[in-house]
Amino acid sequence: MWRATAGVLASHWRRHPGQTATLLLGLALATALWTGVQAINAEARASYDRAADVVTQNGRPVIRDPSGADIPLEIYVALRRAGWPVAPVVEGRADIAGRDVTLIGIDPLSAPVLPAAEPTEGSATPETDTEGLIAFIGPPGRLMAAPETAARLRGALSQDVLNTPDIAPGTAIGDIGIVSQLLGLQNVITRMIVVADPPAHAPPLAQLAPGLEQLAPEAGADMAGLTGSFHLNLTAFGLLSFTVGLFIVHGAIGLAFEQRRGMFRTIRALGVPARTLGVLVAIELAIIATLAGAVGVGLGYVIAAALLPDVAATLRGLYGAPASGALALRPSWVAAGFAMAWLGTGIAAAQALWRMARLPLLESAQPRAWALASSASQTRQALAGLGILCVGAFAGWLADGLVAGFTALGGLLLGAALGLPWVLARGLAFAERRARAPLTEWFWADTRQQLPGLSLALMALMLALAANIGVSTMVGSFRGTFTGWLDQRLAAEIYLDAGTEDRADEIRTWLDPQVDAILPQVWTEAELGGEPATLRGLPNHATYRDNWPLLTPASGVWNALERGEGILINEQFARRTGTSTGDVVRLDDWTAPVLAVYSDYGNPGAEAAVGLRLFSQLHPNVPQVRFAVRLPVADAPKMVEALQNEFALGADQMRDQAALKALSLEIFERTFAVTGALNVLTLGVAAVAMLTSLLTLATQRLPQVAPIWAMGLGRTQIARLELLRSALLALGTAVCAIPVGLALAWVLLAVVNVAAFGWRLPMQVFPSDWVGLTALALLAALAAAALPARRLGRRPPADLLKVFANDR
Amino acid sequence: MIAKGMVHLCVWGLLAVFAAFSASAQGFAGMASDAEGFSLPRPNPEFSFPEDHGPHPDFRIEWWYVTANLTAEDGRSYGIQWTLFRSATRPEAPADTAKGWASPQIWFGHAGLTNADQHFTAQTFARGGIGQAGATAAPFAAWINDWAMTGRAGPGQDALDRLDLSAHGADFSYALKLEAQGPILRQGLDGYSVKSPRGQASYYYSQPHYDVQGTVHLPGGPVVVTGQAWLDREWSSQPLAPSQTGWDWFSLHLADGAKLMVYRLRDADGPDFIPASFVGPDGAARYLPDGDVELTPIKTTRVAGRDVPTHWRVIWADGGLDIETEPVNTQAWMDLNVPYWEGPVRVTGTHQGQGYLEMTGYE
Amino acid sequence: MILTIDGVRKSFTGPEGSVRVLDGLHLDLAAGETLALTGESGSGKSTLLTLVAGLDAPDEGRIMVSGQQVNALDDSARAALRRTTVGLVFQQFNLIPSLNVAANLAFQARLAGRLDMPWLEEVTGRLGLSDLGNRYPEQLSGGQQQRVAIGRTLAARPALILADEPTGNLDEAAADRVLDLMLELSRDSGAALLMVTHSKRLAGRLDRRVHLSRGRVA
Repeated sequence: MWRATAGVLASHWRRHPGQTATLLLGLALATALWTGVQAINAEARASYDRAADVVTQNGRPVIRDPSGADIPLEIYVALRRAGWPVAPVVEGRADIAGRDVTLIGIDPLSAPVLPAAEPTEGSATPETDTEGLIAFIGPPGRLMAAPETAARLRGALSQDVLNTPDIAPGTAIGDIGIVSQLLGLQNVITRMIVVADPPAHAPPLAQLAPGLEQLAPEAGADMAGLTGSFHLNLTAFGLLSFTVGLFIVHGAIGLAFEQRRGMFRTIRALGVPARTLGVLVAIELAIIATLAGAVGVGLGYVIAAALLPDVAATLRGLYGAPASGALALRPSWVAAGFAMAWLGTGIAAAQALWRMARLPLLESAQPRAWALASSASQTRQALAGLGILCVGAFAGWLADGLVAGFTALGGLLLGAALGLPWVLARGLAFAERRARAPLTEWFWADTRQQLPGLSLALMALMLALAANIGVSTMVGSFRGTFTGWLDQRLAAEIYLDAGTEDRADEIRTWLDPQVDAILPQVWTEAELGGEPATLRGLPNHATYRDNWPLLTPASGVWNALERGEGILINEQFARRTGTSTGDVVRLDDWTAPVLAVYSDYGNPGAEAAVGLRLFSQLHPNVPQVRFAVRLPVADAPKMVEALQNEFALGADQMRDQAALKALSLEIFERTFAVTGALNVLTLGVAAVAMLTSLLTLATQRLPQVAPIWAMGLGRTQIARLELLRSALLALGTAVCAIPVGLALAWVLLAVVNVAAFGWRLPMQVFPSDWVGLTALALLAALAAAALPARRLGRRPPADLLKVFANDR
Repeated sequence: MIAKGMVHLCVWGLLAVFAAFSASAQGFAGMASDAEGFSLPRPNPEFSFPEDHGPHPDFRIEWWYVTANLTAEDGRSYGIQWTLFRSATRPEAPADTAKGWASPQIWFGHAGLTNADQHFTAQTFARGGIGQAGATAAPFAAWINDWAMTGRAGPGQDALDRLDLSAHGADFSYALKLEAQGPILRQGLDGYSVKSPRGQASYYYSQPHYDVQGTVHLPGGPVVVTGQAWLDREWSSQPLAPSQTGWDWFSLHLADGAKLMVYRLRDADGPDFIPASFVGPDGAARYLPDGDVELTPIKTTRVAGRDVPTHWRVIWADGGLDIETEPVNTQAWMDLNVPYWEGPVRVTGTHQGQGYLEMTGYE
Repeated sequence: MILTIDGVRKSFTGPEGSVRVLDGLHLDLAAGETLALTGESGSGKSTLLTLVAGLDAPDEGRIMVSGQQVNALDDSARAALRRTTVGLVFQQFNLIPSLNVAANLAFQARLAGRLDMPWLEEVTGRLGLSDLGNRYPEQLSGGQQQRVAIGRTLAARPALILADEPTGNLDEAAADRVLDLMLELSRDSGAALLMVTHSKRLAGRLDRRVHLSRGRVA
């Protein structure tokens, strides 16, 4: 009995390879999309963590000489012997094999984080940590560099050079002894990293090394918020793709049951117990889910591998110290992929198996598509959707934080999807009432009848479209805002840090005749509305007037600021304290009117800005040692070099920000390209879901269209109507998707972003994108409908006749 | 991430030093038997003090090792350990000691503080050649980062006679003053300590006669303590035979003023090797060759997931000595990369007393 | 008795309230006996078949098949009864669309665990299906499908065959031929036959004829 029944179940898939393929494809694509996003996320995060650790030593403070001068080695030793847990670093540039290389030397016994090198080629057994340490220290020692840099250095030095993807190109890291020797440094270091907080018994730095300053971690902090956004972007995409995927899997499995409803009933009547059938079907589904899951994980790997280089490039650009573009097979996302296939199948199958167990043995054996999706259940479903929507809205409104944000996101998606069939049905009913000609009336009524069968596919399509609109709105808003932010932060061509006032004067005098403007960059600690904040002094210059990103632009702000009549505050502070333009806020001893609020992405703290003149009066002791230099962009690289030669300014003291800005923008464009590619993929998956549904329905269409054919409508015309029907349903779905997508974008920007980073991106809408997307949705629907319609159009009349012969 | 980094660091540092002992993954069993250009100990050494209190960079490994049994005013027992290890990645002649980062010396320190229910450990690392860690003979100093053992001997005294000793861990520290009440003891045959019948040996001398006073700092606050300390100096290039899997080492202060040092080198291929030395209450020192003293574990304790022989019987029949040792805290596990057991013990039997026990090779 | 129906009542709830379809029906069928069940539409003929097959349960009364009380068995026992003792020939054929004719013919016998190849070949041959083994149901005419449905039941050698208008889709001549075959084959396999039919002419060819009216034997 078991074998005979299993044979029957299998025979269905053998007899209908097309159905088998679409089922597997639907499942596999859903898994692939989800897996791909997970893989990219996991890999990017892992790389990001590694890269950030190596570069900033996990964002630890740095001790250095304010003038940028080298620090005597004795001071390092004195700090260590006094209990300060510091790690020495030497850094400098060297000409190796005709190329400029930045060499960084560290002491592996005191630096807590080292980059992970790729295994050396040809070594049969991996070396132990001890062997690695001894080889690293040398002699001759080892260097670590990004693969392309390593290739250049190899052979030019006596040291072995290991490929280490986490290191910025053009940089090599080695033991401090080796690097000191290569740089010709003796008994000096460049800076120290404070790897842990000093113990209580350690004397203060000012006592041990009066000339040195401890700086809060700088690198990465500014960008951390933005990188966070990037990851959030991907996480949101992961969630969206999961939801879309669940619907697709649900649809595919549901169809697989629907197609075999009659067969199940027959074999039950012939004496197969319900339990036997249930067990066999469960096994069958597990096999299908595993097969499709494996294919999906493989496909996901391909997607991720194709997109990852761009992601890695993004992170590389953000940090200057890069993420790896190589994709490792991580158990986490492989498991996530299979979980998707199994979970999706499980959820869908639970419902289907439940229905199968209650399958009445006596009903007519004719397949009835989605019999349960009657008008009443449609309403019930819509009400459930409304409930979920309310829960989501409630969560977003009542609670704060990421969990609430994502709850709202999930509620919005699920609720909207569940409500879709009801909305479409009402729309079709309305059209049906308005129809005059009998054919039109039949068309609307028939479309409404098709709706239950297509609703899962349409829900998937709507989710895909909404996700598209939501994410592209978010990304577009993000791009616009980010560009503005870059303009603000990187408006000047060169930023330099002279270290001491004497040197600052020297550099200023030297620069003055050669550049357009020298804008002092000053800031200090202040108390703003009772909380610690940073206070900036802004010079009166077009650089700021034109670029500073005011959220509430008003005329006269800059003049008022220059006259010292008020202050600007950053968005984070404004949002936290509910302060807005026109309010007054306490700045140290001054009750200052707020002239405007400016966006300050990536900064967790409170900040205010006043005119430079006022700043100098308030804080006469803050030295002006940092400058933004304005000059024609084309002259910047030459000026950087001249400054280097004239004043020996190190790499950490001077940056050609124009180049950095260009790079950052280019990198963000690539990020958007990743998002774009994922968008297209999601839509593709939804189209496949639609194709699956339509193909299945087409086999059940004959009895429904045969009477129309008999009444004198040509087969071609019927096929055309089928196409029209798909297009209309897709159009309706797209129209519904636009508000859902915008709501989605709003939740992402106004709830999730604010919860995650404390700042809100202004939402910008792109109606032209919607038109494009709607067109894409129509195209997807037409493509999905084309094959079944063509089949119907070519159906031999005999088939249509048979309907009457068989249909008693 | 810092924590993870520190773990890496510890792994590296410790391994670096113990790699000098153990050339392979066998741990203590695989100690390097070839000398690779390092100097080797020879019989009948003529130590020259204070010079030999300082480092011997032409030997592969070396240590300055202090243990102390301490008592607080409330009668509670404490024990401390202070160790500075030197490990050379390649031989270095004393004459042309490499300066700066190029030095082949790697230093690391271990510290422990134990009482009946607490056991603290710490370790720290440094490169040689730059002054961050090292040792000098006269005036005597041995230090690594903010841990130090500093001599303050007066005229006519040995450089090790008066010492200040300090170490800092994350949750404990101590600062002690040590004053020697007797002469240096040359272990083995005039300081040539044979470690195996096959000839492996080290240079080894001790100062077992310290009186101690000072303060130990625990999370609960400072505790003023007094007691006895024992210092070991040892250097070599190939101390153990390949089949010797670890050691059980005792330094005991007996109540009558006598001192007993005995250790058992466990050998996988043959009988254990158990040399000892005894300083009588009268100050007369004797070398007790393998076979004179019997060492028997009498009780094992589950410590950090392994069984460790924490209770011992020590019999020296010829000397009329039959004692048992019991640890102050059975859980004195040094959970470092190459883990070992080290802690204070109490002595009962024919003689009363206290001392320290170190057991390696149970990892 | 292979089949005993004793005081069976069955009602259905429809749009116009409760309708009593069977009202205290008594009926016996001996092993090997053939019986025709006639009556107007709605007289309860088909309902009776579904009750005997255990596809549905009576409100009252007893149905004994081969000594087992069908309406006291659980789902798997009723399934086992259908598999091994009772054979169903449906009005709608209910062939399995993904199996070819040969596999459809063998299916019930395989379910019952008593596939007898010579007997299967004989049934196939006598039903004139030998050349159609590789075809699928959708490629057959109505009459051919009917013969496959009959063959599937006979091949499993059930003790009791329940047939619901087995020739309903055939013209008179064809219906006669198929009925001849059915009677012949059920005789050869020793099965009892309970056949629902509209046709008095066909009913007359069976051993006995029972006419149902308003849920009772008229």
